[in-house]
Amino acid sequence: MSQENLVTLTKKDFESDQEVRWCAGCGDYAILSAVQKALASTGLPRENHVFVSGIGCSSRFPYYMNTYGFHTIHGRAPAIATGLKISRPELTVWLVTGDGDALSIGGNHFIHLLRRNVNVNILLFNNRIYGLTKGQYSPTSDRGTVTKSTPMGSLDEPLDPISLALAAKASFVARTSAVDVKHLTSMLLEAVEHRGASVIEILQNCPVFNDGVFDDFTGRKTKATHQLELKPNEPLIFGENGGKGIGLSGLSPQILEQEMDGMLENVAIHDPKSRVMAHILSQLDYPRFPVPMGIFFQETREVYEDALHAQIDAAKIKKGASSDLRKLLHGSDSWKLS
Amino acid sequence: MPQNKQCSATKPDTLSSVAIRFAGDSGDGMQLTGTRFTEETARLGNDLATKPDFPAEIRAPAGTIGGVSAFQIHFGDQEIFTAGDEVDVLVAMNPAALKANLHDLKPNGMLICNRDAFHEKNLSKVQLSENPLESEELKTRYRLVDADISTQTHRALEEIQLPNSAKEKCKNFFALGIVCHVFTRKVEDTLSWIEQKFKGKAELIAANKEALFAGMAYAEASEILTTQFEIQSAPQKAGTYRNLTGNQGIALGLIAAAEKSQLPLFYGSYPITPASDILHELSKYKEYDVRTFQAEDEIAACCSAIGASYGGSLGVTGSSGPGIALKQEAIGLAVSTELPLVVVDVQRAGPSTGLPTKTEQADLLQVLYGRNGESPVAVLAISQPDDAFETTLEACRIAIEHMTPVFLLSDGHIGTGSQPWSVPEVTSLPTIRPPFPQGSDTTEFLPYARDEKLVRPWALPGTAGLEHRIGGLEKQDKTGNISYEPENHELMVRLRAEKVQRIADSLPPTRVFGDEEGELLIVGWGSTRGAIEGAVTELRSEGRRIGHVHLRYLNPLPNDLPEIFKRYQRVLVPELNSGQLRSVLRSKYLLDIEGYSKIQGQPFKIREVHDYANNLMREVV
Repeated sequence: MSQENLVTLTKKDFESDQEVRWCAGCGDYAILSAVQKALASTGLPRENHVFVSGIGCSSRFPYYMNTYGFHTIHGRAPAIATGLKISRPELTVWLVTGDGDALSIGGNHFIHLLRRNVNVNILLFNNRIYGLTKGQYSPTSDRGTVTKSTPMGSLDEPLDPISLALAAKASFVARTSAVDVKHLTSMLLEAVEHRGASVIEILQNCPVFNDGVFDDFTGRKTKATHQLELKPNEPLIFGENGGKGIGLSGLSPQILEQEMDGMLENVAIHDPKSRVMAHILSQLDYPRFPVPMGIFFQETREVYEDALHAQIDAAKIKKGASSDLRKLLHGSDSWKLS
Repeated sequence: MPQNKQCSATKPDTLSSVAIRFAGDSGDGMQLTGTRFTEETARLGNDLATKPDFPAEIRAPAGTIGGVSAFQIHFGDQEIFTAGDEVDVLVAMNPAALKANLHDLKPNGMLICNRDAFHEKNLSKVQLSENPLESEELKTRYRLVDADISTQTHRALEEIQLPNSAKEKCKNFFALGIVCHVFTRKVEDTLSWIEQKFKGKAELIAANKEALFAGMAYAEASEILTTQFEIQSAPQKAGTYRNLTGNQGIALGLIAAAEKSQLPLFYGSYPITPASDILHELSKYKEYDVRTFQAEDEIAACCSAIGASYGGSLGVTGSSGPGIALKQEAIGLAVSTELPLVVVDVQRAGPSTGLPTKTEQADLLQVLYGRNGESPVAVLAISQPDDAFETTLEACRIAIEHMTPVFLLSDGHIGTGSQPWSVPEVTSLPTIRPPFPQGSDTTEFLPYARDEKLVRPWALPGTAGLEHRIGGLEKQDKTGNISYEPENHELMVRLRAEKVQRIADSLPPTRVFGDEEGELLIVGWGSTRGAIEGAVTELRSEGRRIGHVHLRYLNPLPNDLPEIFKRYQRVLVPELNSGQLRSVLRSKYLLDIEGYSKIQGQPFKIREVHDYANNLMREVV
């Protein structure tokens, strides 16, 4: 988008006239507010934003944005967004989804959008529970989660959205939290800047069915010691006063302490261009390791809809101008009867 | 080879019509042989109909019945209704092909067999202890051309530097050469086709051409094939013609509709038999701004088309029965959001995976009613390959101008069969007008306000001032906001139904084939048209008073149908299912409509419809 198309807007311009109907204390409120503010700051006109969502609490999001919005069906928002982007590459398309919508019923569409690198921004609200259907375990719930459908504890191993996104060849993969609005906003703006499929996993608390599931590491007091903030080209340090770091022993990550000899030389530097490093970071298991937040991976690679339109342009150059319908209908094998 | 060429100077005998079936192993190239013969025949101005019939397996075990692939063509000097009930000529490239197809060869028909394939191993694969070519039965019942096709092909290609396996593959062109000679077909088009197909491979070009010529020479020199036949061209209207399959016709119709509506075409699809050829065909035409998308699954294929449509494209998805079942939830979303969407269903025999390469008309109730809630859509059916273009264009017109999903029903028989198609003048095609919001109204934009046809405006993302939200939740009338109000839901259900019903007001009068009133009205839809028209023509020539209505519009049904029904004593609906349209018509019109079903994965024969209708009329008397 060129500079002259930018407009001056405020958060209010992005608020729709619809009453917001999430539960009191839901993490979604903070995300909505952050998105409205972030969009205002980009200067992109309202009409160029489209919010596409699936089904679930998070997927009500488009109704509250005074932009174009499409609340679709369960799990299929990535497929609808793909068709929209192929049709209208110039639009800024946001895909709002949840852990059930994106990783369970819509898992197939999620991975295929990522490998194609369709230029959309995916906001994956992860609260590790099904909220709208009143509290069943989700594909990101820990094993043993007790819910209405799993009174003796869930049996399935949870999926890690970051690892999955990396394996599916996403070109921008980040994690943030709804309680850290500043960090959340910076991730949103990075995603807007990124050309290609960007995934932001947003850890978001469900106060009704899974309250406090992230408190161990998102709380004010626990954040410093239990989170690892990923900053490009900076050392992987965490803890009070940056007293701890992550190093690699072979391919195995290990925690280094300041007291240890040569800690600083041995701390790994975060390289968001390294897919291998991103995979290793995505495998840091909590609570043995801190939870990484920030951009795990980012690369520039061909955007699907650009490539598709490039083929169309190439065909037009090679085969001559389009719109000669007569030529098409006659083909090369017609004959005349008089 | 005896060199007595006494027959070559004689004038060919004239025939009115001929049906030929080429049958062989899946790897024998019979579809190609049939297609080439069809192209040459179309160019001679004969009317024709074809029926490819092949197994779902790409290469079933060689020599088995399961691996037999066949292609039938019926051509003549008058209107040809179907690919033919029986055949005048059967080409059987091996014992399995003979065994599977002989029952359709007319008595005294011409039977051309590749003797080289009738060896013990192949005979035992089809449980034959003796070689049928040696039996007196074949020789007395049919005109048997017992040809050593493989041997002759290899001999003709002796000078060409190719491995024997490659030479063996040319034997289908030898067989084609025989049949082309007997039925006085030209081969120029096939020769240039060979050059295109094997461009850069000089040996293969030479080998295939040589095999074709050798087959022709063999026929000319043969003692059995003493007569050549010619078939005069059919009285077709002046104009430009092209031989087209139903799937090709759909592809061209979609591109034409995009052009006539000034919208880009988006086609989202997942590979499935027998619909994949539409995707293949459209992928060739990128210079027409056609955006094709091979999705990860059927659901994504449909959803991507809805997304494209939301963005202002002509969104189309295509599949066959099992894929349609998967798309239905998404089609419900298009019903609720009232977006244009065309869903092509090239039906095949079901349920479940069913018979993927065999034809059936059993998806009518699925497309009418197979979604949750009350979710009405328009449904159109293509009747034969040369009708595919026009019906597709009409399906797109309705989808765009009425802001609704439209099902376009075809089937395997139409999709893979071909016919000469009269190429229309581009200027004669109707303009399609998308209902984009008009003017620069400064009042609040209402995405669900409706015009007199009950159609809502199609406001595209990116348009300043028209920002709005749509979705699958029930919408408030006019504003489109979420609404749980009981009365509003009932209103919206009725509005959506009435919107689809009002399409009927813009439909042309229903055409009656045959008598305008009489003993019997036959109502058909889809690929049964040729068989019904053939049967009606015969019955009328036998003195029966009988009419035929073939429905292009299955939902909404034409307004003039009840009046037409009244003009006949009885109404019969023949269908390739257990009576689906019959059931719809009975419930809608409360008439005692009778049905005739065939559920064998094969089209009706003219004889079958003729006999059933004839018996029915006798009951009246």
